[in-house]
Amino acid sequence: MNSEPFIKPGFTKESLKKKFRLSEFISEKVISSTAFLTVGLILLIFIFVFKETLPIFHQHKEVKTRTEQNVTDKPISYGETAESESRPEVYGMETEVQPTMEERYGADNRKEEIVGISNLLGTEWQPVSENPRFGLLPLLVGTVKITLISILFAAPIAIMAALFSAAFAPSWLRELIKPVVELLAGFPSVVIGFFALMVMATFFQDLFGYGARLNAFVGGIAMALAAIPIIFTVTEDVMTAVPSTYKEASLALGASKWQTAFFVTLPAATPGIFAAILLGIGRIFGETMIALMATGNAVLISANPFESVRTFAATIGAEMAEVVFGDTHYSVLFLIGSLLFIFTFSLNAIAEFYVKSRLIKRFQGKVS
Amino acid sequence: MKRMNNKIKGGLLVGTSALSVVIIVAVVVIILLVIILQGKDRLTWEFLTAFPENGMTEGGIFPAIYGTLLMVLIMTLAAVPFGTLTAIYMSEYANESSIISKSIRFAVRTLATVPSIIFGLFGLGFFIKFVGGGMDSMFLGGQLKWGQPNILWASLTMALLTLPVVIVSVEEAIRTVPRELREASLALGATRWQTIRKVVLPGSKAGILTGTILAVSRGAGEVAPILFTGAAYYLATLPHSLSDQFMSLGYHVYIMATQSANVDETLPIQFATTLVLLLLTFSLNMVAVVIRYRFRKKNK
Repeated sequence: MNSEPFIKPGFTKESLKKKFRLSEFISEKVISSTAFLTVGLILLIFIFVFKETLPIFHQHKEVKTRTEQNVTDKPISYGETAESESRPEVYGMETEVQPTMEERYGADNRKEEIVGISNLLGTEWQPVSENPRFGLLPLLVGTVKITLISILFAAPIAIMAALFSAAFAPSWLRELIKPVVELLAGFPSVVIGFFALMVMATFFQDLFGYGARLNAFVGGIAMALAAIPIIFTVTEDVMTAVPSTYKEASLALGASKWQTAFFVTLPAATPGIFAAILLGIGRIFGETMIALMATGNAVLISANPFESVRTFAATIGAEMAEVVFGDTHYSVLFLIGSLLFIFTFSLNAIAEFYVKSRLIKRFQGKVS
Repeated sequence: MKRMNNKIKGGLLVGTSALSVVIIVAVVVIILLVIILQGKDRLTWEFLTAFPENGMTEGGIFPAIYGTLLMVLIMTLAAVPFGTLTAIYMSEYANESSIISKSIRFAVRTLATVPSIIFGLFGLGFFIKFVGGGMDSMFLGGQLKWGQPNILWASLTMALLTLPVVIVSVEEAIRTVPRELREASLALGATRWQTIRKVVLPGSKAGILTGTILAVSRGAGEVAPILFTGAAYYLATLPHSLSDQFMSLGYHVYIMATQSANVDETLPIQFATTLVLLLLTFSLNMVAVVIRYRFRKKNK
């Protein structure tokens, strides 16, 4: 009794040990594996979006199959049938062992070799024609142009509004501003696109009198509406997170309210504002419906903001529904998707890791 | 003089920042007003309950409403349990500083910033071609049934898109359940899972509901992910099975505004459809805001 004073009779050391319970075990495993699936999901998205672009890089194989069949006077068949009836392993080995052969075949069939690096870097995007051209350059120019226009509108407005909300507005007003911004965030992008297409485009055309009714300018402003809530929310969060000791010190030194806001709050929040702008750019870059509806979708390379443009995302949205599964056009669209994904992923990663650590250090006073 | 200068600068700063707020508010009000004013005349009970007629130039939008609701329902069935379990893991099981927990958090944030069109591509590559195509060749001997766009794949694609919304809001709610309640439950001899089921989850019901509603509102409005995973231009019948295509409000707006033969003639229908979509998403958002507000007040 002395050795185990707190244990009532009937309990032994054994019985007080944590029991193995099946339900406990199962529930924990189910819950944790579901959570891990989220990470798996990102990987899956990566894998499956990239996977569909792979045929571009194996183009030479198909070309080769075609030529051999032409030589042996078999009926011409394309794609999977051709590969399945001829022994694919052998062809694979041949191409690996003799790269010069395959290069030659490629050279012989320059017209059939429809996708190469030079084609992808070309300035023409004519995916559905006799001699399809998959030049991504005009799409890239269009996307960058519209992103620039859009962020030039969205960032100043959103950041200034956030500054007003965080530094100048009384709390009752702040409680009103936030729901309005949330309301703006709640507009489905198809609604903003529709509004831009039907109302804004006409309005701006009457105002400026340019030629193309739908253009990069209209699209850019419409996308700014989609990006403003993101930039505003992140910026406002960071600004309210600036330690109040900073502001109090500034005020105690005799600075006025606006001086404190402009020279203390704003600089302290710069890394966060930078992150907000990155997230805004990511949103604009990948925005599909507004781009589809309000930019005119003409493939042009020009610096004029009042010309129609076509973006990466809009190209996928407009053309994916009409392509043949598995052909080159389809793969190129997935390639564009991969580019979009990589770009937004990197933006997010930069915003997440670099900027946040800077911010934390700064708020803890480790970096001046 | 310097004092004057300072005053002007200050006024300028406050002025421009206030102007920015005014611009944002004005834009929201203008968009709402224009769509309400242009759409309200066409918005009748008949419009909501009738099928489109005459090549969609007349009639109603019932199939689009039905399709949207059905898609959102299937999406909810997939996204809410998945999201809730992840949120439970993050708040109840995970060690906050472990790599696993950090990578899950990063994955959730990444998922929230992936462009919606990428989800569409993923839905096409994974659900339709890989899963659907695989099911066809395994069970149907290559007959095309699941390996093409349909409402199931569209809903699942949308579920991925709305997953972060659910996770974030459920986790926030779970974290507001006081630690003392959990400890009391554990002290009474309840196991961890029993505590979660009987104490934590009932305490965060409002959060799960809010998350669900926000996800539904988001899913109802998104178009890009369903462009090529299941939405259809026009269907004479409602979807009967999971392998049918469906009509959706957002897609309807897009297609009517850009691809229809006589855009001007159908303008009232387009505005009315947009209005219905806005009413649907906004009323859902409003409900979520109210629930969240009452919940926070109760917890204070």
